Amino acid sequence: MAVVYLSTVSRSPVGKGAVVGGNVLALGTVSLITDVSSEMITAILPVYLVVGLHLSPLAFGVLDGVHTGATAVLRLAGGFVADRVRARKLVAGFGYGLSAVMKLGLLVAGRSVGALGVVIAADRLGKGLRTAPRDALISLSVPPSQLGRAFGVHRMMDSAGAFLGPLVALGVLFAAGGTSYDAVFVTSFCVAVFGVVVLVLFVREHQAVVPARSVKLAEAARLLREPRVRRLLVAAGLLGLATIGDGFVYLLLQRGSDLSVRWFPLLAVGTSLAYLLLAAPLGRLADRVGRLRVVVGGYLALAVIYLLLAGSGGGWVRLGVVLAGYGLFYAATDGVLMALAGAIMPERVRTTGLALVQTGQALAYLVSSVLFGAAWQLWGPDVAIRAAAVLALVAVAGTVALTRMGAQSGKADQ
Amino acid sequence: MRTRARLGIAAGAAAVLATVAAGYAASTRENAVVPAYTGEVDLRPGPRLLTVTDRHLAAVELDDPDGPRSVSPVECLRAYAAAGTGVCLRPTDPWSNELVVLDADLKPKRAFAIPGQPNRARVSPTGRMVAWTTFVGGDSYATGGFSTRTGILDTRTGDKVMSLEDFAVTKGGKGGKAYRNVDVNYWGVTFARDDNTFYATLGTGGKRYLVRGDWRAREVTTLKENVECPSLSPDETRIAFKEAVGGDPARGWRLSVLDLASMRVTATAETAGVDDQAAWLDDRTLAYTLRQDDGRPDIHQVPADGNGAPRLLVRGAESPSALD
Repeated sequence: MAVVYLSTVSRSPVGKGAVVGGNVLALGTVSLITDVSSEMITAILPVYLVVGLHLSPLAFGVLDGVHTGATAVLRLAGGFVADRVRARKLVAGFGYGLSAVMKLGLLVAGRSVGALGVVIAADRLGKGLRTAPRDALISLSVPPSQLGRAFGVHRMMDSAGAFLGPLVALGVLFAAGGTSYDAVFVTSFCVAVFGVVVLVLFVREHQAVVPARSVKLAEAARLLREPRVRRLLVAAGLLGLATIGDGFVYLLLQRGSDLSVRWFPLLAVGTSLAYLLLAAPLGRLADRVGRLRVVVGGYLALAVIYLLLAGSGGGWVRLGVVLAGYGLFYAATDGVLMALAGAIMPERVRTTGLALVQTGQALAYLVSSVLFGAAWQLWGPDVAIRAAAVLALVAVAGTVALTRMGAQSGKADQ
Repeated sequence: MRTRARLGIAAGAAAVLATVAAGYAASTRENAVVPAYTGEVDLRPGPRLLTVTDRHLAAVELDDPDGPRSVSPVECLRAYAAAGTGVCLRPTDPWSNELVVLDADLKPKRAFAIPGQPNRARVSPTGRMVAWTTFVGGDSYATGGFSTRTGILDTRTGDKVMSLEDFAVTKGGKGGKAYRNVDVNYWGVTFARDDNTFYATLGTGGKRYLVRGDWRAREVTTLKENVECPSLSPDETRIAFKEAVGGDPARGWRLSVLDLASMRVTATAETAGVDDQAAWLDDRTLAYTLRQDDGRPDIHQVPADGNGAPRLLVRGAESPSALD
């Protein structure tokens, strides 16, 4: 569907001297709307599968989790295509459109476990496809000095959507009757389509100043030989290894705080709230004091949170500090890392470059969550989380050392 | 295109999409069904079968299962009853569920919130012990994963464990090794008459084990692999369970019976994939829920000795438990 609309857009004039933040705000609005749509589904999917469809989640779990590798490869391919035909908006639009259609796919799939697996995988693929081109567009829409602020504003809007989604789903369920999950799917679909409409109407493709020949695969591959890019990829992978994942963090928090499991979903909402409040200010701070400093600060905060998670007690204070700190970690690292990467990656292959960083982090995270599970099994939760804190500090030290190397070779990575 | 025109299109699209969503929600509201409450349901011992029909407790006479069905106003997603004690798992709102202990007249004696979505419920043969299993998780749409949480309540002392995950695990029978893993998961408890011994499924490391548990000692011991959702026979010599075909739950389950003395497994004549914790109607017969393609449940029965043939017992019902 995005393809149909796109012809109208390429004709729309790119106003010279238009508000610099306009495109970022448009992309942020699209993300906000899309996150409302997808978090609506997140909030009800387990209930729907188990109560609505009487599906065995264990059978569902078998289908799940095998798609990560394929998604990673396709994300890279999507990034390269976006660079090659200089159509980041088109690729992002395709990703948003695919995810939107899959909301209806949930209705059509019915009780078929196979079909549901395909629908959820396709939805995830849409998310994988759109992230790198969207971040590339953000990075191309503002001067390099304002990258942190731009990503901060975008991530703030994005997490606002994640915060609102579950509330909208709850509203629909109350309005349409307790178990009308399909009304939630249809609403989520309509919201997602509106996100695509906003993308098509208001997001502008970045026009290269000098029309250039199309990007070759070799050029994208050359990214890996660029020392600055290599250092960034290694650092991103290292830092990715230091993250054990939301599931483990919330699980440890819930165990240690003796919190009723019923409130478990609210932990993510609390983190979203902190993320939403801190994303823009930390983005601005990153532009002022250095993006790497803010990222490093975020991972130091993560190490402190891990140490707080070891042991128990502390009650509501600890709970509040951990959730606020975890939101701070996201606000200081997620968008700021993209701002950092955006400033390093050459414009012509920027989408591919950002996709590389995101894929590297995703794979590193996959490894670290498996390792953390193994450490828990071997040593118990307290020792495992302390080990994770040490690993986070090592990753930070490694990242700092890598940038020192870069500075010595005569190039500042800022 | 001018900004005003684009804003106009966006507003128009928003109006159309909002109308579609609201219209759909309104139409599903009109289609909601409200079951008619007929007859009286109670949990006193007798030759009746307690079921859940259209999300409400209902009962049929065992010698005339097609005859009149009494449907109570008590809403439950899963239910079980024995010796005049009932357990009912039901939603309090779209996100939360509760467990209610019912007396013989379906009056609530105790209720508390349980995490996640109702899956299994059991009462010990004496009516004293209550167990439940829920599905929790799916914290992120993008990561999927589910896990189960199983708890036990002693209705006499009020002693309650919300999750068996912290019970000590011994793997490999007597003299076996202590075991721990972050992914330890329990589901499907069944009680012995002594109100201390129980059996359940322990899932860990991608495998599923039958465990025998000691409630007061807070410990379990693994007995056999690939045994899920156990159900202890009234004479306590056998366990009915669902056996993953080829050891792989993705290929479905076969309803089978394990002889506890010989540890021999006999598959029942039911070849359809049974994803339920079976209930014993007597020492020879099993009842269980099968779902049609559209999700509608029916209760079927089959001889426990592997002979005979399965047959439909109650149409449009689930969660069977014999009240005698």
